[in-house]
Amino acid sequence: MATVRSRRLARPVSIVGAGLSQFGAYPGKTSRDLFVEAFQDLQDTIDQGISAQDIEAGYLGNYSADLFEHQGHTAPIMADWLGMTPTPITRVENACASSGSALREGVMAIASGMYDVVLVGGVEKMTSLPTEGVTDVLASAADGLYEVPAGLTFPGIFGAIAKAHMDRYETNLNHLLKVGIKNHENGKLNPKAQFRQTVRDMMERRRARAEQRGEPVPEWDDELDFLNDARANPWIAWPLRLYDCAPITDGASCVLLVASDIANQFTDRPVGVAGIGQATGRPLHDAEELTSLSAAKIAAAQAYEMAGIGPDDVGVAEVHDCFTIAEIVASEDLGFFAPGEGPHAVDEGRTARTGDRPINTSGGLKSKGHPVGASGVAQVIEVYKQLRGEAGERQLDNPNLEFGLTHNVGGTGGTCVVNVLQRG
Amino acid sequence: MTTETESRPFTAASFYAFLKEGRFMGVRCRENGNIYAEARPLDPVSHSRDMEWHELSGRATLSAFTCISVAPASLEAKGYGRNNPYCTGIVTLAEGPRISARISGVDAANPQNIPVNLAVTLAFDEIDGDDPGLVFRPA
Repeated sequence: MATVRSRRLARPVSIVGAGLSQFGAYPGKTSRDLFVEAFQDLQDTIDQGISAQDIEAGYLGNYSADLFEHQGHTAPIMADWLGMTPTPITRVENACASSGSALREGVMAIASGMYDVVLVGGVEKMTSLPTEGVTDVLASAADGLYEVPAGLTFPGIFGAIAKAHMDRYETNLNHLLKVGIKNHENGKLNPKAQFRQTVRDMMERRRARAEQRGEPVPEWDDELDFLNDARANPWIAWPLRLYDCAPITDGASCVLLVASDIANQFTDRPVGVAGIGQATGRPLHDAEELTSLSAAKIAAAQAYEMAGIGPDDVGVAEVHDCFTIAEIVASEDLGFFAPGEGPHAVDEGRTARTGDRPINTSGGLKSKGHPVGASGVAQVIEVYKQLRGEAGERQLDNPNLEFGLTHNVGGTGGTCVVNVLQRG
Repeated sequence: MTTETESRPFTAASFYAFLKEGRFMGVRCRENGNIYAEARPLDPVSHSRDMEWHELSGRATLSAFTCISVAPASLEAKGYGRNNPYCTGIVTLAEGPRISARISGVDAANPQNIPVNLAVTLAFDEIDGDDPGLVFRPA
């Protein structure tokens, strides 16, 4: 673990409410429609209720409504549509870590003493563009002068990381595919998820469709056999296939942060922000290692230090599985497993809901969906629900669950935000 | 190094203009000798502003790569995509620094056959004048 300077919030901050829109593809819905849906979900889940006019400030994560929807200056539009004006609201852009960073700004705004009640959230409307257009928008989060001209796309950069991990350790293609199988098993149990199907469900559906059409019915032994079939699961950026990549998603998320001393005005079960960390990294070609994100290691060390815990105290983690390899790398960068041990932990089921290190109980970005600007806060919401015992069918069977962690990455580690949340 | 070379600003425009002229120019920190394959006006490690242009040999090894089947618009226009993947990745230059580059002359449809640490060299003749990303090929 990196050594970091000891830092403390000037006063404690709690989460007292959480809202998510449905994640998926919603033609006809724009960012504001999704964000209003998330806010109404938040209002419905706050035990004592909340009015938009009770909020003193807002921070909105949004990567690129500019390119996806030709809409800049998105924060005041969200505020207006919620009925929040003239309350100040600020957009934060850090690629796929935009709302992770927005949350951090909200936490510090309360800790500073400036505000007591702050809304933080994120939104992204991505399906308005065809896949090639989305690929180009996402690629603009990489270095446009020295990475993009080399033909690197986002799947491409993570493909190169996967290849480096495979060359350095015992990682193989099946380890990657098993991350996806595990996350879809969790996502099936999440009512907000984009894909509420296991990989086996998807395999059976394809067989049924072939039978219906009178076509030859493909023979697959199991999910891995299905995922290893290039006709069912085509290459995107070798060694990554379609099912190694998070989908293109429309969605929004928000949480209500308050000064901990007034948390009981909103709920009797608040979740504390025990530790926050954020660090900055460089493009992959300038990174210290090709198999690790240095910013994740530093952000994790900051969050652990502030919370006064270590990786072994974390009972549930939502990590940034934009690609399956990213979850394996995250599990090592966060100190859950030694470098090179991440793939073995997947094999052994340790990161499954029933394992000793449950990761991405929500389904992760892979199955829940990845509306990029909304993902950081959506991760926090899953941990909030797990710590409150409100995760429904996917609730962890762990009565001692006290600490949860979120790991949100922008780009290829240019930004990494890690939070430690605590029950009570 | 000519005076004309020395006077060019440390910008990507200069970097790619040099490439078009057949010169692979990185920068070097005069204080501690750090070399970068990007045109940086200051050394992000030593924080020195005392930089100079430094010609790179173009010799490198392939440190990590991917073969891309879903191409961005710029490479789709060159005929790459689902039926014609291309290889790109990170090369480690003989002088030490790494840089992102497309790799030609390898069988991108069979990436399992592309060896790690393959020796590569900068392919000036394959760098496209209008869209001049770096291209390396097996040495």
